[in-house]
Amino acid sequence: MELREELKYSKSHEWVKEEDGEVTVGLTDYAQSELGDLVFVNLPEEGDEVTVGEAFGDVESVKAVSDVYSPVSGVVSEINEALLDAPESINEAPYDAWFIKVKEITDTEELLTAEEYEAWAEEEKNS
Amino acid sequence: MERKTPLYDAHVKAGGKMVPFAGYSLPVQYQTGVIKEHMAVRTQAGLFDVSHMGEILCEGKDAVANLQMLLTNNYDNLVDGQARYSPMCNEKGGTVDDLIVYKKSDGHYFIVVNAANKDKDYQWMLDHQFGEVTFTDVSDQYAQLALQGPKAMETLRKLTEEDHIPKKYYHAVFDTDVAGIPCIISKTGYTGEDGVELYLASENAEKMWDMLLEAGKDEGLIPCGLGARDTLRMEAAMPLYGHEMNDEVTPLETGLNFAVKMKKENFIGKAAMEESGEPAIKRVGMKVTGRGIIREEQDVYVDGQKVGRTTSGTHCPYLGYPVAMALVDAKSCEEGSKVEVDVRGRRVEAEIVPLPFYKRSK
Repeated sequence: MELREELKYSKSHEWVKEEDGEVTVGLTDYAQSELGDLVFVNLPEEGDEVTVGEAFGDVESVKAVSDVYSPVSGVVSEINEALLDAPESINEAPYDAWFIKVKEITDTEELLTAEEYEAWAEEEKNS
Repeated sequence: MERKTPLYDAHVKAGGKMVPFAGYSLPVQYQTGVIKEHMAVRTQAGLFDVSHMGEILCEGKDAVANLQMLLTNNYDNLVDGQARYSPMCNEKGGTVDDLIVYKKSDGHYFIVVNAANKDKDYQWMLDHQFGEVTFTDVSDQYAQLALQGPKAMETLRKLTEEDHIPKKYYHAVFDTDVAGIPCIISKTGYTGEDGVELYLASENAEKMWDMLLEAGKDEGLIPCGLGARDTLRMEAAMPLYGHEMNDEVTPLETGLNFAVKMKKENFIGKAAMEESGEPAIKRVGMKVTGRGIIREEQDVYVDGQKVGRTTSGTHCPYLGYPVAMALVDAKSCEEGSKVEVDVRGRRVEAEIVPLPFYKRSK
């Protein structure tokens, strides 16, 4: 699985990038490969509130639908509208295919480093 | 604990993502992914392990009489090697299973049933048999491979003589071989494409699998998993037991009238179907016109009124849009009708369209 050292990770397989108090969220390479070919994405709208540990959107593969969880509480400042027409970009380049940006952060779950996340994903894969 | 088909090791070696299905561990996809596997079958060729399917022999002087009573389709006019699809119904007209019967010769029939229903089917046959007949479950002796796609026949011809290959759809050649491996070659499939299904001894399955993949390399043949098998049958609008059919739904409701011969003297379920007359529900196809993917078991609405439930739904890789099938009140909608489906609390718009969604050009 591909990982980026500079990113943080949630146990529910989102990657998180923090910059100037704004958080960008996407799905990890491990998640996209487990989900398979993605064909549909559902995103919140700008201005919507998101809550730590709760689903803010979903992705659908040919076979199934899966929730995407927010690792922070805050307000959606931007959504990646390009994903709506090109869900396959999540499979192709998961770390470029961001889902949402969140500002006014009030809460953040305990996030993992790349190394910790790799161990977590391996463990989940073998369980 | 799931059972392994004879090709389990070959799937794992090829990077198959193994999942439990009908009591077996089978690949839902390989590393290529469902979409590419689906497209390979539509444009080139794909190879499926369908060894989980059940095989039952029906033999004896009264074999055909038993089939006539057990099954809704007609079996008194098959020629040797011919295959015919049929639902098998209970006394209420509900569907026990759907299956394919091959006539090997007079008094010798080979029945292929759904894996998940195999034990139920076999017991049903034993419970209803009469006269001089034996039913034998031979599922464990057989592996089954499906070679499907526009390049399937070209691939097969590299490995076997022309006269080993059935000429017509729904015909089979028994006691033949592919490159020396004994098998039954049947011109059937569950993808909406040209191709064959091969039945062979389990111990030869891996050799046959490897040989076919090698022979079809230049034609673009790749191994395909259950994921693509399901999206392919959806595009071709082929009903699947447990979805469009079950113990409560009659084949007339599923729209399988072509395989229900009401003029036949008798069969189990006939009286119930006659009594209920015109079916109150029907199977329809819908194309998603809104945003989203409709899945199975979701409520269907027309003008705010609930009219039925979806039975299957997915994104179709070849068509490029999502479709679904549903069982709805027979009078609630027609082709062209606008419907809405409740997708996890959100209404997604769809339109009733004719079936099949996809038909190959010959």
